[in-house]
Amino acid sequence: MNRFLPDDFEALPADSFDKEQIVRPPTTYLKDVWRNFKKRKTALVSLIILAVIVLMVIFGPMMTKYNYYSNDYGAVNQPPGGEHLFGTDTLGRDMWARVWVGGRVSLIIAILATIIPYAIGMVVGGISGYFGGKVDLVIMRLVDIMLGIPSMIYNILLMIVLGSGNILTLVIAFTITGWLSAARTTRGLVLQLKTREFVMASETLGASPGRIILRHLIPNTLGISVVGMTMTIPNIIFSEAFLSFIGLGVAPPNPSWGQLIKAASETFKNYPYQFTIPCACISITLLCFNLLGDGLRDALDPRLRT
Amino acid sequence: MTETLLKLTDVRKHFPAGRGASVKAVNGVSLEIRRGETLGLVGESGCGKTTLGRTIVKLYRPDGGRIEYGGQDVWSFDRKQNLDYRKKVQIIYQDPYASLDPLSVVSTSIAEGLNIHKMYRSSKERHERVLELLRLVGLNPEHANRFPHEFSGGQRQRIGIARALALEPELIVCDEPISALDVSIQAQIVNLMMQLQQDMGLSYIFITHDLSMVKQISDRIAVMYLGSIVELAPSDMLYEHHCHPYTQALLSAIPIPDPETERTRKRILLQGDAPNPTALGDSCDFAGRCPCATDKCRSQRPALTEIEPGHWAACHYSQAL
Repeated sequence: MNRFLPDDFEALPADSFDKEQIVRPPTTYLKDVWRNFKKRKTALVSLIILAVIVLMVIFGPMMTKYNYYSNDYGAVNQPPGGEHLFGTDTLGRDMWARVWVGGRVSLIIAILATIIPYAIGMVVGGISGYFGGKVDLVIMRLVDIMLGIPSMIYNILLMIVLGSGNILTLVIAFTITGWLSAARTTRGLVLQLKTREFVMASETLGASPGRIILRHLIPNTLGISVVGMTMTIPNIIFSEAFLSFIGLGVAPPNPSWGQLIKAASETFKNYPYQFTIPCACISITLLCFNLLGDGLRDALDPRLRT
Repeated sequence: MTETLLKLTDVRKHFPAGRGASVKAVNGVSLEIRRGETLGLVGESGCGKTTLGRTIVKLYRPDGGRIEYGGQDVWSFDRKQNLDYRKKVQIIYQDPYASLDPLSVVSTSIAEGLNIHKMYRSSKERHERVLELLRLVGLNPEHANRFPHEFSGGQRQRIGIARALALEPELIVCDEPISALDVSIQAQIVNLMMQLQQDMGLSYIFITHDLSMVKQISDRIAVMYLGSIVELAPSDMLYEHHCHPYTQALLSAIPIPDPETERTRKRILLQGDAPNPTALGDSCDFAGRCPCATDKCRSQRPALTEIEPGHWAACHYSQAL
């Protein structure tokens, strides 16, 4: 057996390499999140696919000479390919234009009606949990009362006041009901976090409550909120489809993905493409949002770094 | 006589325990902390050490009594004075795993105080200061961009110390800073803290239940029992001549690092548990467990009295012990 002898080793001088060069580059939390996110291939691919969908939703309708609302009774229910890339519907409207314009509505509502309620809910829940006592009591009773009223009542009342068929109205309607559960979740997490010593440490350093809530409490709940958000997006898309179906969503001839599916489901047996194309769009988008949320949750927690 | 930094007068902190009862976690503590000294605060679990520490740094609002800093009640401070107090009085926490935000890199955690108090104008100067602090507490400045979970317990505690030192405080409340660490690391951290005290003229309130450690580092020691101080003396005096039966029992529990002596060591074993802190009456709090309690102890609460210069004890029979 070979044995190592002292002569086999040679001491390197301590300053033989530049220590500064092996220092990890300075990062902030957000930079680190992005660095982590990039390593997750499925999430990154999802992000790219979503970006493509967003680009198509913006520029797709411009790629065809047809618009989404003009009827052409000479070309009803045409199959995909040829003059109309995605075919035409029962009224002879170009499906390519309708799918992408419909995507605008669905995506705008899905994203805005998720992010805005969550942002409000996280701040309100953070305040409620951090201050506790009477503030918490008042806010949480308000949430309880609002949750007790079915969301459809808010929707219908808002449509009456603000007028239906408007994206903004839909976003407001979803926001009014959507922030409640986000506030509850965040409050619960904050109650747990605020007894941790790092929150007290921040307080003894002289941090204001706003700083503690925004810098320490909410970021630490973000991982769980992101999961909640990815589950909210499909709900919003389907709720919008339902509202459109009962005449409270976007008004015809404006399409949305949900509405296209509802309309096509009646003629599904004869013209399956009218049904499958918007379905595929929704499915791919939802799958991507889910995978994106999954990757984002992992990337948001430095402890889960691989 | 050295200058008094912080003065506590009859400080009380009670926590509601349901049905109108309350836990008297801190029950009438009067203390003075002098500039540059280390005051050891010892006592068993649940005696209110941590609560007292947190009351001093204004995490809890006392239910009675006064805490004076610079001759003024700390709860009468305006915004600016309050910020100044936050700067001058810092705390090092017990659990190095919970006391750092898991999402912030070390440099961000240390720089938080600097940011809040706007102590450096440019971010470059601030970063220089952070690196300097890391070197001061014996960490590699190269670690500035790491997350807390990448460090060991001892290293994290050093980060906690650096964070407290960043604001150049006068007083640091050390809430069992070494109890979560293993023995060799404990010595390192304690040596570091004593070195820093010499260099920067800090005062410490050192909360611990490690009696052999507290003797090494403290100028004075306060023994706490059920929310009150039962004995307060310069550390040499306390170890040589203790006047409260609780201190006696506590000190007899220190193991001796010699097997021969250790085997023959006499321990005073206390009978029973500490009484319920929601129901403290007129008796001496220790009467139920005291080996030499009399009827007087059960009917009359002893006051903290000076039995020799600088040595205070709360026992009716302190002279006899």
